[in-house]
Amino acid sequence: MKQTQPFSKKTMDLNEMPILSVKEITYGFDSSRSIFEKLSIDVHPGEFVSLIGASGSGKSTLFKLITGLLEPDQGEIWLNGEVSAQRLGQVGYMPQKDLLLPWRTVGENILLPLEVMKENKQQRLAEIQEWLARFGILEYQDAYPHELSGGMRQRAAFLRTLMTVKELLLLDEPFGALDSLTKRNMHKWLLGLWGELQKTVLFITHDLEEAILLSDRIYLLGEQSVQEIAVTLPRPRGSEAIYEPEFITLRKELELLIHHGSKMEKVDR
Amino acid sequence: MGVKWKKWTGDYGLFLLVSILLISFWEWIVARGLVPAFILPSPSAIWKALVEYHELLFVEHLPVTVQEVAIGFGISLVSGLLLGTVMHFSRLVEKVLYPFLVISQTIPLIALSPIFIMWFGYTIWSKIAVTFLIAFFPIVVSTYDGLKAGGKEYRELLQTMGADRWMIFRTVQIPMALPSILSGVKMSVVYAVVGATIGEWLGASEGLGYFSRRMSGNLQADAVFAAIVLLSLLGMVLFMLVSLLEKWFVKRVN
Repeated sequence: MKQTQPFSKKTMDLNEMPILSVKEITYGFDSSRSIFEKLSIDVHPGEFVSLIGASGSGKSTLFKLITGLLEPDQGEIWLNGEVSAQRLGQVGYMPQKDLLLPWRTVGENILLPLEVMKENKQQRLAEIQEWLARFGILEYQDAYPHELSGGMRQRAAFLRTLMTVKELLLLDEPFGALDSLTKRNMHKWLLGLWGELQKTVLFITHDLEEAILLSDRIYLLGEQSVQEIAVTLPRPRGSEAIYEPEFITLRKELELLIHHGSKMEKVDR
Repeated sequence: MGVKWKKWTGDYGLFLLVSILLISFWEWIVARGLVPAFILPSPSAIWKALVEYHELLFVEHLPVTVQEVAIGFGISLVSGLLLGTVMHFSRLVEKVLYPFLVISQTIPLIALSPIFIMWFGYTIWSKIAVTFLIAFFPIVVSTYDGLKAGGKEYRELLQTMGADRWMIFRTVQIPMALPSILSGVKMSVVYAVVGATIGEWLGASEGLGYFSRRMSGNLQADAVFAAIVLLSLLGMVLFMLVSLLEKWFVKRVN
């Protein structure tokens, strides 16, 4: 089931133009073995797309390629309909660890992207206060990161990513280190926020339930191929959606696909 | 207040107790005549010498040594920070300079000092040269290592925000390197006192090192020890000052 490019014909239509288009990229840390070969992925404006794959399948590397920290050996990465050679500073990136600077308060950490862009902080202070409140960390803005719980730190890191005001956000397992209860709360909170965020998200996760609950589409990153799964569950979704039969069916399918995929690989070898 | 006192005695109580015991033992063996006083003067004799020579020690010689330490350490600090930073930014400079830095520390200072005296004469600069040669090394290395170590993830995060090198250096690398730099500074400030003393020993007309050398020539061991006590106290005070600075920074960082 090789990935095709169903939207390639419609690139003239502005609304349908992918905000991110990874075109047949090949990349390897050494020349003999590549992590991916001819990998293609599209993300459209307003979409929430998840990337699932085994550890070592190169998900985080793909993010580094998209952000511009790395350059592909072959292939192109398009952002907003243009081939971008200089991609650094064009997408919002949230790494696995929260990476809040420990010597800065939460508020100062969140202002970091504005400092980098040399923007006037004063102008957006009111807006930032509102966001802090919406993220439930307003009363912690003068606290240092180590004083916050894991969930709060993750929200602060997410808010910092939002402050980059980039339309496309790359989130690398943002809830991976959280306990399941906190994670559940974060899902609820993110689903509630999603409608008004008006962002496009590419999301790495190991958690199938999380992927189905949050995403419009899921890319399954295998060793040789990429499979695409559409999540047809209606929005807005609540966190209880995981108990619905449609959800459970989808999850079963996905699990089968992963299982099946790995079987095929073994045969291939 | 009570808690603070308890913490203080917990931290230093044992040290004080052992010091008092050692000094008493020392006093006792000298008083019993087990060791002649011109080889090992008793603590009370050293104290007497401190009092007797206080004018010479505190007014004439201590300020000279302090001045040498201050200038030598100041030059070490500025040039060490600069050199460490330049080496961090330029692989070429690092490759050229690092071997020289290590070589500079393998030169026996005592052998080099006649040359310093030839270059600078008996002026303060020959002592500052020795001080600098000893004290700048830990600062360069700790600055260079501190800037190099870790923080890759933070650097990458800032890069994705579009930050340039200078921005990353300012917001991430300097704060992350500070603990390492400060331990280098702590070492350096103590070495500076040693350096100034060696410089004075090798050729000077004033300073605590010169004083102790002159007194040792006169076999006045108590006065030699008095100067050593003062030098050691000077090193301790400087070390504590930097430690206080470090504590203040760490409080801000953690």
